[in-house]
Amino acid sequence: MIWQQIVNGISVGAVYALIAVGYSLVYSVLNFSNFAHGDVLMLGSYLGFFALTKLGVPFGLAIAIAMLGAGIIAMVIEKIAYRPLRLRRAPLLYLMISAMGMSIFLQNFTIVTIGPNFRTYPDVLPTKPFAVGTLSIGRLDLMIFIITVIVLLLLTWLVYRTKIGIAIQAAAYNMRVASLMGINPDLIATMVFLLAGATAGVGGVLFGMKYTVYPWMGVLTIKAFIAAVVGGLGSLPGAVVGAFVLGITETFAAAYISSAFRDLFSYLLMTIIIIARPAGLMGTVAQEKA
Amino acid sequence: MSGYFAGIAILTCVNLLAVLGLSLLTGFTGSFCFGQAGFMAVGAYVSTLMTMRLHAPFPLALLGGCLASLLVSIPLGYPTLRLKGDYFAIATLGFAEATRLVVENLEKITGGSRGIPSIPTRTSLPVILAVTLFCVWLIRNYVSSRHGRNCVAVREDQLAAEAIAVDTFRYKQVSFAINGALAGLSGGFLAHYVGFIQPSMFGIPKSTELISMVIFGGMHSVTGAVLASIILTALPEVLRVASAWRLVTYGALVVTIMVIRPEGLLGSWELSIGSLRELWVSGRRRFLKQS
Repeated sequence: MIWQQIVNGISVGAVYALIAVGYSLVYSVLNFSNFAHGDVLMLGSYLGFFALTKLGVPFGLAIAIAMLGAGIIAMVIEKIAYRPLRLRRAPLLYLMISAMGMSIFLQNFTIVTIGPNFRTYPDVLPTKPFAVGTLSIGRLDLMIFIITVIVLLLLTWLVYRTKIGIAIQAAAYNMRVASLMGINPDLIATMVFLLAGATAGVGGVLFGMKYTVYPWMGVLTIKAFIAAVVGGLGSLPGAVVGAFVLGITETFAAAYISSAFRDLFSYLLMTIIIIARPAGLMGTVAQEKA
Repeated sequence: MSGYFAGIAILTCVNLLAVLGLSLLTGFTGSFCFGQAGFMAVGAYVSTLMTMRLHAPFPLALLGGCLASLLVSIPLGYPTLRLKGDYFAIATLGFAEATRLVVENLEKITGGSRGIPSIPTRTSLPVILAVTLFCVWLIRNYVSSRHGRNCVAVREDQLAAEAIAVDTFRYKQVSFAINGALAGLSGGFLAHYVGFIQPSMFGIPKSTELISMVIFGGMHSVTGAVLASIILTALPEVLRVASAWRLVTYGALVVTIMVIRPEGLLGSWELSIGSLRELWVSGRRRFLKQS
């Protein structure tokens, strides 16, 4: 029973990890909470959904469409809502507010244009789970886990092994010094949002397949934030660890305590971490600089 | 027809009370609160339960809701206000969602997601108007006092404020408590005006609506908060047709304001005899120069 819950927790955590990674990426470079991240995920999920149902493309292509679409949307959002503020060196509070406005806009625009109803993804895989010993593992859960691992490996390779990735790391360390070294901050911001959007796009499709697609899916940003805080804000490995911790905590709380109060336990987890270890499980303490 | 306008006036006052607290907390002290609806819910439910279960008189129930919301804000602010803005914003959002969850699941006390019907409607326009004007006056004075200036110092540069011996944490906590009390009061009035409450009235859309009002009016101006509450409450009532697009417009408005005019409609301009005289003098000078 416990092992079954851990399997369930990992499958939930995998989706959270995809969302949290993009969120953390933006945070690490630009130092603000991108509240519209969840809404990019929602749009990616709709893109994947319509690609599958309206265009009838194969599943792999649908994921690619969702990734590309969500990445481009995130890039455009950065250009419209964040770049002017960044160039003006506006306080971070303003960036946060702008992100919140963007989130309200995207969510309600979707409600008005596409409609507020829940939509279920068509079945891509047979729903029958297969058994490993006493455990039953859903085919969908397994596939979600595999896709997550692939995307995370790709992202790791991009960030730690390529030139642009090293530039992103430098910018995350210190944007000003990085720009003195000949790194174009605008290009970095664009790349970061493209990457974050693309991971959100995959996350959206996977989340939509596991549950449903609906316009206020973006509220999941809260979960991504909790995962990122638990793991250490701004740290990519931290975001992944935090996401799995969060997923397992949630499934255990739902299974053994009360499913109605599942979300309360997520907040509780975050509060405990904030009080006990403000830098998160894998984060480093950063002193605020003048 | 006059009843209709009185209704809009009452709703404006309800929103204004909640926006006033938010203006102090987010606009003047610089802590971005994302869960104002949660405090309203606490105020609404506590005051309703007081009138319906305990048969408390209306002013006592209002005070109860106000105090309950204030008491909630203290333990909530204690761990979160010390941290960076993002944590605080999410913590308040989490608080509002958690409140909604608790209310939805304590069915025996709160009626669950169906809510509490037939609450005695006690809110009348003269009373709420008097209370609101009193609160506007209080906040206006608080903001222009030494304490208010310290709040602004916290917003502008926390490190510098600390360096000149401003207890930043205490000022944030006081702002948060005042904000909680005002939102609780607003919730109590709302419940006793509509005569019906349910958890979905206090969701994320309500919080975003309130914070949009603060941003629209001018982050650093009490007058702006008042003006924005009036415009953004009355306008949707008049433009009923476009109600679906209301929140879309709010979102676009917030982004546009942040990009083009981050200080909001009024910026830090306040309505007072002195500022009006200044406006009159400079306006006349400009007029004379033209003619």
